[in-house]
Amino acid sequence: MPGRTMFQKIWDDHVVADLGDNVFLLHIDRHILHDLGGPGGILSVKQRGLRIRNPELTFATPDHAISSARGRAGTSEVGIRLLEGLRSGTRSAGIRLFDVGEVGQGIVHVIGPELGLTLPGALLVCGDSHTCTHGGIGAMAFGIGTTELTHVLATQTLVQPRPKTMRIHLEGEMAVGVTAKDLILHLIGTVGVGGGSGYAVEYAGSAIRSMGIEERLTVCNLSIELGAKIGMIAPDEKTFAYLKGRKFAPAGELWGRATAYWRTLPSDVNAEFDREVEIQVGNVAPHVTWGTSPEQVLPVDGLIPDMADVTDVGKREAAVAALKYMGLQPGKPIIGTPVDWVFIGSCANSRLSDLRSAAEVARGRKVASSVRAWVVPGSESVKRQAEAEGLDAVFRSAGFEWREPGCSMCLAANGETVPAGQRSVSTSNRNFVGRQGPGARTHLASPATAAAAAIAGHIADVRKLGN
Amino acid sequence: MKPFIALSATAAPFLHDNIDTDVIIRVERLVGLTGHGDLGPWCFEALRYLPDGSENPDFILNQEPYRKSEVLLAGANFGCGSSREGAVWAMMGMGLKAVLAPSFGQIFYNNCFQNGMLPVVLPRTSIEEIISELRPDTGMTSVTVDLERQLVVSPGGREYVFETPPLRRQALLKGLEADDLSLTLKREAAIAAHQAHDRQRRPWIYESVEVQS
Ligand code: SF4
Repeated sequence: MPGRTMFQKIWDDHVVADLGDNVFLLHIDRHILHDLGGPGGILSVKQRGLRIRNPELTFATPDHAISSARGRAGTSEVGIRLLEGLRSGTRSAGIRLFDVGEVGQGIVHVIGPELGLTLPGALLVCGDSHTCTHGGIGAMAFGIGTTELTHVLATQTLVQPRPKTMRIHLEGEMAVGVTAKDLILHLIGTVGVGGGSGYAVEYAGSAIRSMGIEERLTVCNLSIELGAKIGMIAPDEKTFAYLKGRKFAPAGELWGRATAYWRTLPSDVNAEFDREVEIQVGNVAPHVTWGTSPEQVLPVDGLIPDMADVTDVGKREAAVAALKYMGLQPGKPIIGTPVDWVFIGSCANSRLSDLRSAAEVARGRKVASSVRAWVVPGSESVKRQAEAEGLDAVFRSAGFEWREPGCSMCLAANGETVPAGQRSVSTSNRNFVGRQGPGARTHLASPATAAAAAIAGHIADVRKLGN
Repeated sequence: MKPFIALSATAAPFLHDNIDTDVIIRVERLVGLTGHGDLGPWCFEALRYLPDGSENPDFILNQEPYRKSEVLLAGANFGCGSSREGAVWAMMGMGLKAVLAPSFGQIFYNNCFQNGMLPVVLPRTSIEEIISELRPDTGMTSVTVDLERQLVVSPGGREYVFETPPLRRQALLKGLEADDLSLTLKREAAIAAHQAHDRQRRPWIYESVEVQS
């Protein structure tokens, strides 16, 4: 008999009922609400005459609709209404809220791991597609829609079809100047944005094992950009060391029991996956996207693709439209493309290690006069730690704006948008048409590459940045 | 949720891959409005309108006879990206009731069923065949999508069989009384039993969140 995958083990432990035809009723261990979907969800449970079944397993924080300006000035009227709705809704339901200015507030996918809410083997959901991020801890985590959110609040369960499984081996050693973000962008470019559709992905291999936890969270964050709702990485000693002592992580006798269970989670040696992919990471360069889909990506020292090279008709049409939207010429190097905005933040890359890596590039240098550059820490706690290390001072003296934690320019609420026709290098995860504002042109990259673009005033190779 | 049984209606060709939910509905529109029904005018905003706010004549759903389309003939990975259920509300708000595509974003696919919109997976070649039979000049643009028989009928009468997850199909055929929540509420005993057993096996899931701050 073949062994079980980590995915299957976690799935099995959460089955409340087998509904037949590969559909299951699953128990939800952790549910995180944000300001955009939380207030409406709580309200709709009330409207149906129901109650929140397990408020103690539910947590909330504002991130999407609040401004990242000092004092949150600039939060739109609707944003304020949503924040008030989240406050009153969580208060009346007895749900723990991490409010503005408190440790615990931040982007939902940054605070889950940071607070120890996200645990290996736990099933965590949130009304946001990047919930796959939490898989970096060894959790099974995925984004849900509004109706599903109401279902979870009212029943602490969810009806889900069981996906197929795919394992992606990332093997070898990353070159200097190359980050987890570059690897996952390269992978999306190789497998395509639909490549993971219908699968739960497990990332494995020596490159994953040698990554720190924050890098693993970045890799899992972009799983949805592969089309996979779930991305996960087996927990190991690094995971345990990361979690130990965190506010909601098990402690004392529970810690011992939990770690013993967590050690049973990795896929069995003889486990079978529906699909396996292997990528050698040794030659992967820093990557940057050129189009309006994360799969339209290239090594930073590469050439913008020539349409004549693209054989697939659909892909060619998409590429032509993307180049037009992005205002780029085929066949030209992407390096040297002038940049107007740089955004360092989002649930892909706003953790402490990301800010350190960007600060290293920014230290002692100046942001080009033609560029506006923002750093938006992922959470209140990241912000405080970064300030304690003096990273804010490094950014400020280089000419970056240091802002309050939240989603900010990743989704362009509160007027935190890139103006139409302007070009931004962003550490977020989506370069869709209009994502950072109507007509905005987004290039996805790592924090180091984004910082290099801010300094150079154009897309640049962080490995070759002069003084 | 309204039931979906069968539909014969104008079908619009929209064979672009990787149409994401940001393109279907901008997040700003979701923040600004409360009623699901109000989103129709903002559906496909970036494609539908020119920068000056006027209609983009090149966009298929702005053209006759496709303005009144209820079926969309779409490309692969349709509805990828953000989990926003507003994408489904917006499409329904502009009158769309079924989407035929080679594949779907998984969260979008689930969201469709929750609202009475039918996502149909058909091979790309079948969708291309259906599109090749559309004759907008003679008004031959009607496609039948029959959930009862799990059959799509092209304007020229060709038939294509499709599959829908059985539980989802039942729920759509019946409408509201078969939505997930109503059914799950009847399983409260099983949920309570699962939690009681789970508390023994994984006590930290329940106990470690009881920290006082
Ligand atoms: S940072 Fe961006 S991608 Fe992440 S949760 Fe916020 S809006 Fe979504």
